[in-house]
Parts: sequence; structure tokens; C-alpha cells
Amino acid sequence: MLKVAGLHLWRGERHVLRGVSFAATPGQCVLLTGKNGAGKTTLLRAVAGLLDPEQGEVSWRGTAARKSRDEFHAELAYLGHDAPLKGDLSGRENLRYSIGIRRTVTAPEIHAALERTGAQAFADRPVRTLSAGQRRRVALAGVLLTGTVLWLLDEPTTNLDSDGKRLVASLIEAQLAGGGIVVAAVHQDLELGSGHVVNLELGAA
Amino acid sequence: MKTGPLEAARLVMVRDLRLAFRKPSQLLQPLMFFMIVATLFPLTLTPELSRLRDAAPGVLWVGALLSSLLALEFLFRDDAQDGTLEQFALSGQSLTWMLFAKTCVHWLLTGLPLALSAPLAAVGLGVPAEAMWSVVAALALGGFALSLIGAISAGLTLGARRGGVLLSLLTLPLAVPILVFGADATQRAITGGEFAPPMYLLGAIAVLGVTLAPLAAAAAVRIGLE
Amino acid sequence: MGTWTWFHRFGSPPWVYGFAARWAPWFGVAAVLCMLIALYGGLVLAPPDYQQKDAFRIVYIHAPVASMSMAVYATMAIAAAVGLIWRMKVAHAAAAACAPIGAWFTVATLATGMLWGKPMWGAYWVWDPRLTSELVLLFLYFGYMGLRAGIEDPQKADKASAVLAIVGAVNIPIIKYSVNWWNSLHQPATRLIGEADMDWSMVWPLLLMLAAFFLYFAWILLIRLRAELLRRERNASWIREVVA
Repeated sequence: MLKVAGLHLWRGERHVLRGVSFAATPGQCVLLTGKNGAGKTTLLRAVAGLLDPEQGEVSWRGTAARKSRDEFHAELAYLGHDAPLKGDLSGRENLRYSIGIRRTVTAPEIHAALERTGAQAFADRPVRTLSAGQRRRVALAGVLLTGTVLWLLDEPTTNLDSDGKRLVASLIEAQLAGGGIVVAAVHQDLELGSGHVVNLELGAA
Repeated sequence: MKTGPLEAARLVMVRDLRLAFRKPSQLLQPLMFFMIVATLFPLTLTPELSRLRDAAPGVLWVGALLSSLLALEFLFRDDAQDGTLEQFALSGQSLTWMLFAKTCVHWLLTGLPLALSAPLAAVGLGVPAEAMWSVVAALALGGFALSLIGAISAGLTLGARRGGVLLSLLTLPLAVPILVFGADATQRAITGGEFAPPMYLLGAIAVLGVTLAPLAAAAAVRIGLE
Repeated sequence: MGTWTWFHRFGSPPWVYGFAARWAPWFGVAAVLCMLIALYGGLVLAPPDYQQKDAFRIVYIHAPVASMSMAVYATMAIAAAVGLIWRMKVAHAAAAACAPIGAWFTVATLATGMLWGKPMWGAYWVWDPRLTSELVLLFLYFGYMGLRAGIEDPQKADKASAVLAIVGAVNIPIIKYSVNWWNSLHQPATRLIGEADMDWSMVWPLLLMLAAFFLYFAWILLIRLRAELLRRERNASWIREVVA
């Protein structure tokens, strides 16, 4: 369903992505590994459509993602290095707006998602008073709430303790079990119990 | 169920308004700046109201322009820094439409209050009381057009070094028509001339801005997010 | 050989590099020739203006460079649009190469305007609508070059300045209209150049001078474009073959 073919991308002078190709079907997880600077974030952003590759194509459900960009975006959730939250709003308020822009979401749904990621306890404090790990839990609740098929996660376990890492793993497993696709950049190997996992190492060669 | 564009715009606007009112002191800064600039002119020119009246359109509009430039820096900056602007671009909603919503809120929070408080400055510049409403109307309309044009430069300078100075440099030439027609309207309001023609032209620029500027701003923001 | 083949040729840096190398000198020669003939026609053959006498002759430089300052901006905006829509590196390089040339033409317009203003009006600067518009145009050029300089990533710089060039191009007619409006409010006519009927003996040197400056622009553009391509593609393999 997601197909990446022959992606070449330059950032300034550097040839960061050199003909990257992979494909993923529902229930599959693609784990991107590689050293810092290998291009994991660049690849995720290129798949998301934030970066324009010089060569190659990203296709979703058979059509080029670039052609039906808004429809493609409606079906994906992207989580970058920093949790995209406004510091002066609470976690709950943040989600109400950021998810509300995408789809109609009810208060019980938000409550359930925050509960699932263990963020319910601090969901009503301003985000700037939260620790990095707490923010990440709120952000993960946001990913859950999008209800999208495709998840693009850039180092989702950053700032999380071992409980948190297990949480991420279980969230991904549930997503895969429900027929979703996950493309995640990871530093250390993510322990995924079930689900078809494809490893893609960047920067080798 | 996917959110409709009107509801999405409403949420964007409510969020921005909420955020602005959590830091009310920041709202007052552009207004204070405008007042200070308006005070500088009598100090450097003359205290004679009759002579200040001649310079009033220029003082009001240059002051309004400079305050708007200061405020424009904040249109996208915070959202760009915490990653929420990126999420707008990935939301599946039209980025053009959402940036237009943000620009409208920006005007509601800076351009409109500036226009409404202009009489305070105008009184000190010898502007007669009968002209006040027209002065407010011209500044309000011109301020809206300015916010629209400024959104383009704000988007273009998102990742640039010394973005603030560059933003001003980019916006000023593009703002010349707004200044010319706005100052002319204000001048006619003061002297009791035909107020309508320059206002129509200002309105035409605003309409053109509404249709084209958010598109350019969205293109600029997407480039800035790369 | 359809038009599309030509178009794609223009998208290839090595081809354009070679094209520029071969053709630039010809443009240069043609420009100098036209300029010499036009100058002779304007400075020697044409009669002095009955009002301004010989001071009028500065129009033979002032008017063409003024037109060129606009023409170069239009070229820059079109090249930028082509680069943005068809994602052509060469088009972006061409737009970048145009900017300083256009800025210089604008400075030349302002300078010749000021040189003319002194004998005409007794002042070095008059808020003539043409000069005022040119001043704003100069700021537009500075903004474009400033934006390019302010963005680190070269591809982002290309794309952002392309958007700016297009926005500027759309705005220029509006700016000119507003400046003319402003000028008509305050003085009936502070025009340096009367668009009165000019004798053919005055017109042909003007037109030839304009053509000369166009050729000059093409010449300098091709030289700058080569330098621009050399800088951008310095790590590409085709450069090594060419330079060797």
C-alpha cells in the first residue's frame, strides 16, 4: 500500500538518500536504522511529503502521493523529534485542536487516548510545565487519536523510560494488528512481539 | 469523520485567540510601540497642531506599518518552532485556508486594535474629531491588507538568518500601494475631501490580497518546512 | 526537433554551459556595435531638445536602462517560475544571475535620473513618479538578493526567492499605479521625460540603445550564468571533463 521507489535526495551538497526503495503492506512495520546523519529523518520527511525528492516516487494506494497530497495526509500521522504541542495550552486542549482540525473528536475519545498512553494524570497542566517524557506521552496520545492507517514515527521512544518504551512497542503492535502500517526510525532496536517487521538500514555503502 | 474546512478554520482561530489571551501583555506591545512612534514626531518636528495635521497621515501610517512589522514576526514563528506549523501542513486540510485563518486572527489582535486606538494618537496630531471614524476605517482596512502581504514575507523568512530585518525589507516595497492609498484616504478624511476613491482602491488591494496572498504564504511555508 | 526537445536542452546544465560559452562573445560584440551606433546617433546626429538643449541627451541612457531594469525583473520572475514549476536547476541559476544585473540597471536609472535632475530642476533628486518607482524596484531587488543570502540551504533559497520574485512581479504594476496616483495628487506633472512627440532622428537612437542594452544584458547574463552553474555543479562529473 505504501511504496517508495528510487528516492534520491540532496540536502545542500550532501547526497543524503541514495536510491532508497521499500514497500509496506497493512500489518507491516518498517524499522529504519542507521547512524546519526544517515538520513532516517530525511527519509521519513520525504515519505510524509515535507521534503521534495530530486528523483524517485512515493506512492500510496497505487497513486503518487504528490498528486493527491491532502488525501494522503489525511491517512497518515507524523511524529517528529519534538512533540508538536503549544506550551501555553494543556495536553488535552492541544489534542482537541490539533486532532480536531483533522477529524471530529469527542472528549471521551481524548480521555481514552490519554489514559492509554499514561498521560491522563497531567493532561490538564500547561505543556510547558511537563517533562520531555510527559510531553512525548501526550504526543503519542495524539498519534493514537488520528486513527490513521499510516504512522511515520521519528525516534518515538526518545525521552521515555523503559515503561515508556514498552508502551510504544505495544502501541505499534496494536496498530499493526489493526491493519495499519508503521514506518519508524529507531536508534536502539524496538522490541516488537508480533507483526511483520522489515529492517532497513540507511547510510550503509 | 474528516473535519470540514469551516470547522478547521474555526478551531485554528479559537486556538490562536486562546493562546494570545494567555499572554495579554504581548498583545499590548505593538500598540505601545505605535503610541511611542506617534509621540516621537511632535517631539522631533513641532508642537504646533496645525503643522502636525499636515504630517498626520504619514505619521499614523508609518507608525502603523512599523508596529505591524514587529507583530508579523510572531505570526508563524512560534508555530514553526514547536512543530505545530508542520502539523498544519500534514493535516490534510488546505494549508492556504488555515494560514488565511491565522492571518485573520493576527489582524484581529494587532491591526484592528491599532486602528481602534489610532484616535488617541491622531488627537495629538491635530486631526479633527469629525475625521476620526474615517481614520479608523482606513487604518483597519489597510491593516488587514498589510497582514495579508506580511504573511507572505513571514513565510518566506521562516528559516532565514536575521529573519526580522529581512521580513521588514521584503514587506516594505510590497506595502507601498497600501501606504499610498491609506495615507491619501486619511488625508482626505482630515481635509474633508472625497474619501471614497482611495478607500475603494484599498479595498481592491485587500480583495486581491485575500485571493492571492494566502496561496503565496502557503507555498512559502511549505518551502520553509523543507 | 520539437519545441519540447529544446526546452529539455535548456534544463541540462552542461548543455547550457556550452551554449553560454559559445554565444556570449557574439552578444557582447553585437551589444558594443549597437551601442556605438546609437550613441553616435543620439549624441552627434540628433538635434538638441529645444527646451533642455544638450542636457536632454542623457535620455539616451536613462530611458533604455529604465526599461531594462523592468525587463530584467520580468526575466528573473519568469525564470524563477519555470524553475519552480518544472523544477529546473538551470532556471533557478538564471534567476540568481539576473538579480545583480537588474539591480545595476536600476542604480544606473537612478544615477542618470539624478544627473538629469540637476540641470533640469536644479535638484539632484525629484520625486518624479518614474524615479520613485525605480527606487521601490531597487528595494525589491535588494529584498530578493537578501532573501537568497539569508537562507542557508541552496534548494530552499532557490524556491523561496522564486516565490518572492513572482510575488514581486505581480506587485510591480500595482506599485507603479499607486506611485502615479500619489504623484498626480500633489503636483500636476513632475515628469523628467515628456512623452511628447519626438522626431524620428531622436527615436531611432533610443530604440537602438534599448536593443543594445538588451544584447548587453544577454551577454552579461550568459557569463554570470556560466559562473553560477560552475559554482552550483562543482562536484558534478561533467565539470571535471569541461575544466580539464
